[in-house]
Amino acid sequence: MTDSNPDSGTAPDEAAEQGMKIAGFLCNWCSYGGADTAGVCRFRQPTDLRIVRIPCTGRMDPLFVAKSLIYGLDGVLVSGCHPKDCHYAVGNLHARRRLEVLKSFLSFMGIDARRFHYTWVSASEGQRWQQVVTEFSEQIHRLGPNPGVRKQPGESSNHRTGKSS
Amino acid sequence: MRIGVFVCQCGTNIAGTVDTEAVAGEALTFADVAYATSYMYTCSEPGQQEIQRAVREHNLQGVVVAACSPRMHEPTFRRAVEKAGLNRYMFEMANIREHVSWIGNDRAANTRKAVDLVRMAVAKLRFNQPLIPLNMPVNKRVLVIGAGVAGIQAALDSAEGGLDVVIVERRPSIGGKMAKLDKTFPTIDCSSCILGPKMVDISQKENITLYAASEIESINGYIGNFTVQIRKKATYVDWEACTGCGLCMEKCPSAKAPDAFNEGLGTTKAINIPFPQAIPRRASIDPLHCRHFTRGKCGVCSKICPVKAINFDMQDAIVTEEVGAIIVATGYDLFDHSAYGEYGAGRYPDVISGLQYERILSASGPFGGHIRRPSDGTEPKDIVFIACVGSRDTSVGRPYCSGVCCMYIAKQAILTRDHMPESNSYVFYMDIRAPGKNYDEFVRRAQEEYGVQYIRGRVGKVYPRGNRMVVQGADTLLGVQVEVEADLVVLATGIEASAGASELAEKLRISYDQYGFYMEGHPKLRPVETNTAGVYLAGACQGPKDIPSSVAQGSAAASKVQALFARDTIETNPQVALVNERACIACAKCIQVCPFGAIKLKELRGDILKAEVLPTVCQGCGLCNATCPPKAIQLQHSTDNQILAAVNEICA
Repeated sequence: MTDSNPDSGTAPDEAAEQGMKIAGFLCNWCSYGGADTAGVCRFRQPTDLRIVRIPCTGRMDPLFVAKSLIYGLDGVLVSGCHPKDCHYAVGNLHARRRLEVLKSFLSFMGIDARRFHYTWVSASEGQRWQQVVTEFSEQIHRLGPNPGVRKQPGESSNHRTGKSS
Repeated sequence: MRIGVFVCQCGTNIAGTVDTEAVAGEALTFADVAYATSYMYTCSEPGQQEIQRAVREHNLQGVVVAACSPRMHEPTFRRAVEKAGLNRYMFEMANIREHVSWIGNDRAANTRKAVDLVRMAVAKLRFNQPLIPLNMPVNKRVLVIGAGVAGIQAALDSAEGGLDVVIVERRPSIGGKMAKLDKTFPTIDCSSCILGPKMVDISQKENITLYAASEIESINGYIGNFTVQIRKKATYVDWEACTGCGLCMEKCPSAKAPDAFNEGLGTTKAINIPFPQAIPRRASIDPLHCRHFTRGKCGVCSKICPVKAINFDMQDAIVTEEVGAIIVATGYDLFDHSAYGEYGAGRYPDVISGLQYERILSASGPFGGHIRRPSDGTEPKDIVFIACVGSRDTSVGRPYCSGVCCMYIAKQAILTRDHMPESNSYVFYMDIRAPGKNYDEFVRRAQEEYGVQYIRGRVGKVYPRGNRMVVQGADTLLGVQVEVEADLVVLATGIEASAGASELAEKLRISYDQYGFYMEGHPKLRPVETNTAGVYLAGACQGPKDIPSSVAQGSAAASKVQALFARDTIETNPQVALVNERACIACAKCIQVCPFGAIKLKELRGDILKAEVLPTVCQGCGLCNATCPPKAIQLQHSTDNQILAAVNEICA
């Protein structure tokens, strides 16, 4: 979709020590705030996670998770408001149904379902966010790099060959 | 597109653990990035001017600021790029402070992560479109939920400013907890004397509509245009007719109803006016104790009522009010001290809560202002106060300090000595927290002038001996065990979130913390706003608070509403869903999932159906976007392409 600049790619051998590539889809109202709270409180977290801000977990198209994992991300974390505490009343309830279905579908697609996790963290739960990030990052490190289903078109830097368990 | 990237050092907040120069240097290599720099404080005035200068000098069409959380400064920078002549939505933020520099010390890893986040922001920005807000009329009426001192202050200030105010209180009278207090610290002002006039004002102001004995049924709409349904609970007395003469209360033969106003210390009549200064001064029937409801016969009140106001067939009624802003002031409840089995509260009648003791001290209380033991009505001589009951105790799930207990114990101990100069008061405390104006001096007066014995230590056990209570505890300053025989034990019960607070939050779509207190927009800078536009907070519903702080917040919330209503229209958020009519197949799935009813089918050229978003109703959650099978409906500013562009950059 975008032209990645060849200059910005990293050398393959560096990739392994640069940690895992984890995407976090966080709702703007609860979990993104929770991640901010964790930062404000200086709660130490692994640095593998890259957070994408979305308005609501109801915005989560299961496609985002599938595409990320197919294109070689090592893990995907989705977090929103606790059920019943959605800023848009019911968005997270829709998300819960969709993501649960997606989860059971991932292994069918050839993706280790343990690479995907969804949870609920409120804006006040900085400590819980630290725990969620730490545990999920550790899990992904245990699983190792994602062998991927298919390489991203035109992408050649993803040479990591670690085996998934 | 020509993009400018500004990497903020935030003093050393970011630069301390992220190589901002390297991030800016790396950013220059990204496609479309025409300019990149690192700056000391980008949010400062010169920092914003630097952005504007760069936009003009380098002909930038989009701006990325890598700095703190967008929840903090996104509005600031949007204004800055707008001043430079760009559309405010041609701007993205990369959060490299809360999400990077503050959560790790590994400079190399942090710098890599910051580069990634900037690359993601740039990738998303390439797909950004200018968005233009619409203007919407504002309904200049305000709803206040809860009529304790915070809600009363908010309502009076709003009414003073000429607004129409609707105030809803779930109990039959307004006044809240403050109406139950005898005196207030640290001035020993008579509580009902300073609150009473404000309560009367609420009933007399022409532009205030009061719904007592009413609760919020549902809330729909959004800032500027809320529709609120209010459930008026059946009181079995026609309040339009009732004059509050009190004749029914005098003649009612059923006198066993628990007296909620006196915290269950006494009983009252089944038909009653809760307390002498009640506003509205109207009677209501407690159907659980009224003989008409329990035995099917009686009706004395209905015979004696001079205005025939009694209506045993009354049902709850729903009324609808339209407002433009909401102030939530639902206050607090007391911690249920029966959780402390070792203190015997609930089992021993002479172990009571702080608010019960307040009622005993009050002239309108169960003993007419004379201090008596609830068990046998005798005058106590030795009184023990136990601090931090349901505060600062993780074992009962209340790790926070309730803030007011140290002060109210000192006040009650002083009042006890005033009432009974021969009595002895003992206070078991953990620490004394008295950080208000004249507060510490007040506690010192209790100790030095009034001879209240302060013992630093926790109480282990309270048990009866004869008709007295024995309080066993530790004096940690002397390092000895102490035992005090007391006639009355007062527990300084802490503050917790009001019953039903979470249900109301769900109706309002505001967030609350793990204890049920409502979350303010920002802990320091937005203390009375919530993250839901048009909903404001006042008083102890946001966290434990004393009266001056509650009043201050009530006034603050009212002034926020005045500021909102100073304009005739408000700008809508243009980050709403938009239908690509060519792709829409009119399956109407978006209509089914939309929580706001913001999508309709419209007819195009005769009989072709297409979905259409009502931009003023859409709240921008994106549920329709995720649902739409052909992806015809896209949430602007968070389109599939924008999100996937960012994700692609992580894959790179």
